Amino acid sequence: MADKSSDLVQGTLDMLILKTLALEPMHGWGVAVRIEQISRGVFRVNAGSLFVALQRLQRGGLIKSDWKATENNRRAKYYTLTEQGRKRLNSETREWGRQVAAIARILETS
Amino acid sequence: MSVLRRIADGLRSLFRKERVDRELDEELRGFLQMAVEEKLKQGMSRKDALRAVRLERGSLDVAKEEVRSAGWESYVETVGRDLHFALRQWKKNPGFALSAVVVLALGMGVSLTIFGFVDAALLQPLPYVDPGRLMSVNESNAESPRWPLSYPDYLDWQRLNKSFRSLDIYNGSGYLLQTPSGATPVQGERVSGGFFQTLGVRPMLGRDFSLDEDRPGGPNVAILSYGAWLHYFGARRDAVGLTVNLDNAAYTIIGVLPRTFSFARAGDAEFWVPINTLSPHEQMRTFYNFWGIGRLHDGVTAREALAEMTAISKQLQMQFPTSDRSESASVVPLSEVILGDVRPILLTLLGGAGLLLLIASVNVTSLVLVRSENRRREIAVRGALGASPSRLVRQFATEGLLLAAFGSLSGVIFADWLTKILWRLVPKDMAADMPFLGGVGWNTHTCAFAITVALMAAVLFTAAPILRLISQQEGDGLADGDRSSANQLWQRLGARMVAVELAVAVVLLTGAGLLGQSLYRLLDVPLGFDADHLATVEVEVPATGAEKNQHTVALYREILRRVASLPGVESAGISSMVPVQCNCPVDWITFPGRPFHGEHNTVDERHVSADYLTTLKATLVRGRFFTDAEGGSKPEVVVINQALAKKYFPGEDPIGQRIADFEGGRPSEREIVGVVADVREGPLDSDIWPAEYFSINETQDSYFSLTVRTRQDAGAMLPLLVSTLHEIDPGLGALHEMTMNQQIEDTQTALLHHFSAWLVGGFAAMALILGVVGLYGVVAYSVSRRTREIGVRMALGAERSGVVFLILRQAGKMVTLGVVVGLLASLGVSRLMASLLFGVNSYDPLTFVAVAVILAAVALAACYIPARRAARVDPMVALHYE
Repeated sequence: MADKSSDLVQGTLDMLILKTLALEPMHGWGVAVRIEQISRGVFRVNAGSLFVALQRLQRGGLIKSDWKATENNRRAKYYTLTEQGRKRLNSETREWGRQVAAIARILETS
Repeated sequence: MSVLRRIADGLRSLFRKERVDRELDEELRGFLQMAVEEKLKQGMSRKDALRAVRLERGSLDVAKEEVRSAGWESYVETVGRDLHFALRQWKKNPGFALSAVVVLALGMGVSLTIFGFVDAALLQPLPYVDPGRLMSVNESNAESPRWPLSYPDYLDWQRLNKSFRSLDIYNGSGYLLQTPSGATPVQGERVSGGFFQTLGVRPMLGRDFSLDEDRPGGPNVAILSYGAWLHYFGARRDAVGLTVNLDNAAYTIIGVLPRTFSFARAGDAEFWVPINTLSPHEQMRTFYNFWGIGRLHDGVTAREALAEMTAISKQLQMQFPTSDRSESASVVPLSEVILGDVRPILLTLLGGAGLLLLIASVNVTSLVLVRSENRRREIAVRGALGASPSRLVRQFATEGLLLAAFGSLSGVIFADWLTKILWRLVPKDMAADMPFLGGVGWNTHTCAFAITVALMAAVLFTAAPILRLISQQEGDGLADGDRSSANQLWQRLGARMVAVELAVAVVLLTGAGLLGQSLYRLLDVPLGFDADHLATVEVEVPATGAEKNQHTVALYREILRRVASLPGVESAGISSMVPVQCNCPVDWITFPGRPFHGEHNTVDERHVSADYLTTLKATLVRGRFFTDAEGGSKPEVVVINQALAKKYFPGEDPIGQRIADFEGGRPSEREIVGVVADVREGPLDSDIWPAEYFSINETQDSYFSLTVRTRQDAGAMLPLLVSTLHEIDPGLGALHEMTMNQQIEDTQTALLHHFSAWLVGGFAAMALILGVVGLYGVVAYSVSRRTREIGVRMALGAERSGVVFLILRQAGKMVTLGVVVGLLASLGVSRLMASLLFGVNSYDPLTFVAVAVILAAVALAACYIPARRAARVDPMVALHYE
């Protein structure tokens, strides 16, 4: 079970990344660790999927990036949520909540 | 916004590839390092940490590739790599690429050019308002489906009809324009007042004719063509209102026609004047001189209009019974009248171009297939090394598309050039009669045609090798797969393609042969006179008013006297028209003492000087030619040709008999004094009509041709003739000076035959070359595939001649099939061409046999080269081959 990100619903990774970056600007590894921590190890993200998603989000104008020094004095690319990204996160969170509630209702009635 | 960013980002990745790569590398490396550090903190050894990270997070290179291939720019990169690869393949084998591109460009260029002409002539509407409702409205009779109107008939038709919104007439005429540098003959056109309105054309400067100007006796006014405005008035805006001197009469310029205006039936007419002065002839109901056009009322069909006009014509006949019994009306779309002659020729050419395109496509496809066959091994190796089938397909698609693109582009450039060449080949006089060809060039139709052909080529060149690739079994390419079903399939396909090419070449060769023979027969038709060493020049005498009569005859005598005394001149004559031009103008004759029922005894009417027929070296069969003194004096005399004698005086001696007509509106009778052997007055491809020759002193034409028999080269005499005419009277117009042979070669008939014979001949030559090259390619390829087999055969004792025979037999099958199919197709095609042929049967066996023999000989010669190479195969080398 090395790559648990494949279990993610298509498009969910983008939302998780946006949510993570909503807290503070972060580099790639930080995003991966945060997702793992918050999900208590349920989602583990591999490098390929993560950076493809980051590139996609950046090209979509939802996040932007800057090279900065890390706490360990290493150079890393930090990603920041843009205003557009914040709006997208809000709308997607709302939509997600609606869908989850709907699915839950269906599962309960059966 | 985000789309723009995506594009900008992708472009950055493409053009600053190294930097983007470096950044990605650094970022990923940092990511993985941080992951490793995390593991190290948990107490793992470095080695375990590295392995764990690779397992959990993936390797650096894989991640990099994933990120790279996610953006759109990666697609561009792959295409770029494919293109690069394709170009490298071409460089490795330039012969293949070059021949494929050239063959495609040839086929496409020619078909595109011809299509351009067809489009301009047949697809684009005439440049008038609502041209579909314009009709050519004329009389018709038993001899001709379209006959000009007489002026009184026109007036009655106009008054009585309800089908046409407007009905107008036109009639060509020439004038002498007085310019500061002397008299210049110019082309004019007389039209009824509503002519331009009927067409829907408005003058670009000034105004159209007024009602007043259209009435008989109206003022002399003229509308200029754009060309005349440019040429004689330097495009001055104040030209309107000025006067010009035409035939010694002042005409006020009232307007200038737009640049785009043309009317095919009027040629290059520069001065357009209203028909408000009629000669005594023109006022007669039996003087048919004007062509009509009409614009139909909305909702009226051509058929309904024809029915009405026919009824009106019949009614007029009852009222004025002098006219012809068979007389009726003709209503056909104007476009048909204008395009009538060129339609079959253009369609034939289009057919030829289509065939050529077919051959070219087949040839290039065959080349592409040969090529993919030769690369079987390479493909198999690449497949075995892990190239996915979709990757290979894409590679082939790229190569095919590149080929199609290069070929089409060259084809378009070639077409552009060819159009200009062809345009220059069309003689100027002919071009004036076909103004619609001015529209040849790039427009939506031709562009759509070019794109369609290019797309078809692209599909063909990509689909053929891809289908071949799919049909190829895996592993088959690595082992030698000579006997594989796919290979056999292809060989059979190749052979069929060559058979098709040869068949097409046969069709075109047959067409070219038949047209060539027509041309030869046409130029070899008996003329009835000696056309060599004859110089001709047309002369126009300015109208001088009252003293005209005596003056004109004196002028004829003066011209003949002066010209005949020039050094190098044997004799000179004057005629109303030079021979081999037209079975017109005609005369309707009657025979005094015989019953007459109003039938038309149509004969060509020529007014000639006494020495004219002698100058032509026409043969006198009976009687004598008239003398100069006999012209215009009583009793009037006439010379007839043999055709007239045979038709109207069978078994009688025509000498001393009399024929009558209504020359000049009054009945006149002439005595036949001589019979001349038929001189060809009409076009080369028509029958000899009966003809009468009487003295020009009688009619005193002010427009005539001077024909001079020279001792040496006739062409060298022309400038001297013109200057002599101007010495006699500077006001004389001298035009169209050329030798008789030039006159004949420049006739529409000769030009059309020349043109079509050369064009189809050109097509046939190209088709033959392409077909033979295709045949050579297939046989050479087959020989190279069978090298080992041939080696084995020879090692087992086969004779060299046996090997040659083996190869030739294979080629012979293809050639025979191609020739037989081609000959059968030619039978059909030549029947369609029958209207273009002259003096040769469309089933001419000689042509068919000759074509078959030539093609078979050339084809076998093409096969002999690879067959010889096969026979020279060294068994030892062959067995080691591959």
